Amino acid sequence: MSAPLSGPGSAPQAPGREPVRRGLPRTSRTARQDAPITATGLVVKVVLLGLVAGIAIWAAFPLIEAEHWIGLGILVATTAGLFYLYLSRRHIPAKYLVPGTLFLIAFQVFPVLYTASTAFTNFGDGHRGSKDDAIVAVQTSSVKQVPGSTEYNLTIATKGDPATGALVFLLSDPKTKDVFAGDAEGLRKLDAADVELSSLSGKITAADGYTLLNIGQASSRSDAVTALIVPTDEGAIRSNGLTRAYEGKAVRAYDAGCDCVKDSETGKTWTADEGSGSFVAADGERLAQGWKVDVGLKNFGAVLTDPNISGPFFGTLAWNFAFAIGSTGLTFLLGMAIALALHSPRMRGTNFYRVLLILPYAMPSFAMLLIWRDMFNTDFGLLNNLFGLNVDWFGGSWSARIAVLLVQLWLGYPYMFLVATGALQAIPRELTEATSVDGASPWQSFRAVTLPLLLVALSPLLIASFAFNFNNVNAILFTTEGGPFAPDNPRNGATDLLITYTYRLAFGAQGAEFGLAATVSIFIFAIVATVSAISFRRTRKQEEVYS
Amino acid sequence: MTTIAKTPAATRTPARRSRGRWFAQVGWRHVVGVLAVAFSLFPILFVISAAFNPLGTLSSTELLPTGASLENFTNLFDRTAFGHWFLNSLLLAGVASFASIFLSSLAAYAFSRMRFAGRRVGLLALLLIQMFPQFLAIVAIFLIFTTLTDLYPSIGFNTPWGLFLLYMGGALGANTWLMKGFFDTLPKELDESATMDGASHVQVFFRIMLPLVAPILAVTGLLAFIGSINEFIIANVFLTEPEAKTLAVGMYGLVAGERNNNFGMFAAGTLLTAIPTVLVFQLLQRYIVSGLTSGAVKG
Repeated sequence: MSAPLSGPGSAPQAPGREPVRRGLPRTSRTARQDAPITATGLVVKVVLLGLVAGIAIWAAFPLIEAEHWIGLGILVATTAGLFYLYLSRRHIPAKYLVPGTLFLIAFQVFPVLYTASTAFTNFGDGHRGSKDDAIVAVQTSSVKQVPGSTEYNLTIATKGDPATGALVFLLSDPKTKDVFAGDAEGLRKLDAADVELSSLSGKITAADGYTLLNIGQASSRSDAVTALIVPTDEGAIRSNGLTRAYEGKAVRAYDAGCDCVKDSETGKTWTADEGSGSFVAADGERLAQGWKVDVGLKNFGAVLTDPNISGPFFGTLAWNFAFAIGSTGLTFLLGMAIALALHSPRMRGTNFYRVLLILPYAMPSFAMLLIWRDMFNTDFGLLNNLFGLNVDWFGGSWSARIAVLLVQLWLGYPYMFLVATGALQAIPRELTEATSVDGASPWQSFRAVTLPLLLVALSPLLIASFAFNFNNVNAILFTTEGGPFAPDNPRNGATDLLITYTYRLAFGAQGAEFGLAATVSIFIFAIVATVSAISFRRTRKQEEVYS
Repeated sequence: MTTIAKTPAATRTPARRSRGRWFAQVGWRHVVGVLAVAFSLFPILFVISAAFNPLGTLSSTELLPTGASLENFTNLFDRTAFGHWFLNSLLLAGVASFASIFLSSLAAYAFSRMRFAGRRVGLLALLLIQMFPQFLAIVAIFLIFTTLTDLYPSIGFNTPWGLFLLYMGGALGANTWLMKGFFDTLPKELDESATMDGASHVQVFFRIMLPLVAPILAVTGLLAFIGSINEFIIANVFLTEPEAKTLAVGMYGLVAGERNNNFGMFAAGTLLTAIPTVLVFQLLQRYIVSGLTSGAVKG
């Protein structure tokens, strides 16, 4: 508690100040604090702290096994801190704040910081791991079949979902009848008892712990099958079709002496460039397999100066603001208006209305976004059919923008209706009753009493809603996908938000560029944070936050 | 909806005048309510008619149901792991929303009723953290959970608990602000008098505050529940096994490939997904009643 003690005769207490401190000597306070320690309270405390200790012990074993000493240190410190906090009589606010804050730090703050740190690297496709990883990748991807190498019978399997799970090669050697499982990590010998071999083809037809893909499933993922290379001691194993695999030798090898990669067939060399994290030949050719290096502020420079990235940035920024303000403002106005209309003691059946009104919010939003997309369909969409229109909604820039905002309004106004209803119920009836006794019109009483009180309760929420909509990926991705696109600019469409635009730049056709994506997301964060900070300053007068 | 029927069917002038007054005070509210309900319901009506449409394609669906067949529903359960998705979503959303309300109400109580160093900074920091597009942190989250899955398979990928932990990370978000605003509107005399009577801060919180903030607990609980049900992007990375998926991830898979043909099944799934949310709303409805706080303090 760091509440400054108010001087004698100070005017009314600041709200929320602990009243107990008022002029009472400390001893009597603790004495009175000791009194209400009930058996129940004590039991709950013991049980909860016991639970914390139990979880900590359960979590410690794998950490010790894996020799994650830093993780173990954090775990021990956290547990000790929790015990100290809840066994001591002080730090009362912390007792209430710590549970949520722990989760916040672990699963929100840390990932965000981690992401931000990648903005200073070239992390992305082709620059994912260390230099050693890149060398292994260069060597294994240059594998070619040499005469006399082993040929395996191949069965494609996975440990997860046949359509999306990571692929595994189940291999059987036709000569020795040995069976192996291989993935990008390497080759593991399997116990012959755990697999069934077909007597006809020699292929593996069942294996414990693996889901086998049938030919249809395998051929639909043939790109992934081709791309999977299993590194071995002598080279690597690659698939040859969907039922055969061969072990081949690497044509390219890394030479530590010259810090370069040599191709044994053509004799060409690529020298390592630590600045860009890739192997570069004398003629400027880069190998696709690079490694992750720090690039400093290069990504930030690219966002500001690279015409491909910064060119459409400002047009998109303007629409992004319009979208966020429009979504938040329209939903709030409509939600509040309806909440006010239904907030009357003489009104019967409000519950009935509420249940039906809230339905758009109860519907799964991602599904409804996809359904709205179909309702806007030009040829057999519901809206054109109902109103006899023939509007190509997602074809024109403005109609697409209006459509997106309409969908947002439908999805979002029940939420605003809910929170406005909640806040209205917190406003004492006596206030509005008093204004009407004083002869104020309903509009005057709304302007003078209800609206200010509503805004005090809801302004943080409106700002949060603005921030959410500013980065509302689903709203765009599931409806217009950023379109319509101008014919001369396929990179960025009329309804693109910064985040969907970034998403396309970073995870789109050119492959993942996490470093660049992280940089743009820092820009986005800076913009939203600035806007919110300004709005907070403006609502500061109404807020009691700063008292 | 004809509310006129409630008034006596007399045509004398006083009656008509009172009816006019009734309209000015109450009746127009019903008009607004009916219009709003119509706006809310028409897309849902479209989904219902698609779900019961025997043809099950998008192009054959009208606003009003043209046929009644349960084929889409039976296909949904026969051809997909819909039952698993449903249970996973219910478990996850139920536990996550309950826990996140509890965490954020604890924090809101501290922010509203206590003064301590770092209070203002903490409140602003909460807002700022929420503004970072979390979905762009997905790469980092994925890498963190890859390590976690190796250490503790029971809270890693393809389990509801890993997702639950991640959702708890956002528990202190906007809900804390909303609740703090609500706590702030409660008269301070309540907890002051309780403290005078010898209640500890824990008793004040559980016995006096929580019952009084029940309306906002109900509202935020509903928001958290719906938020978890609808969360797609992170869950899509987390859950790859068919039986571990939640409704959002599983149903998106239905229309990712063949959209037009699965439209009926998709609509049927949409309806079934909405049932728990509507039920939760009905359950919480009795807490969202007015007048809990007014009258708590006389004077």
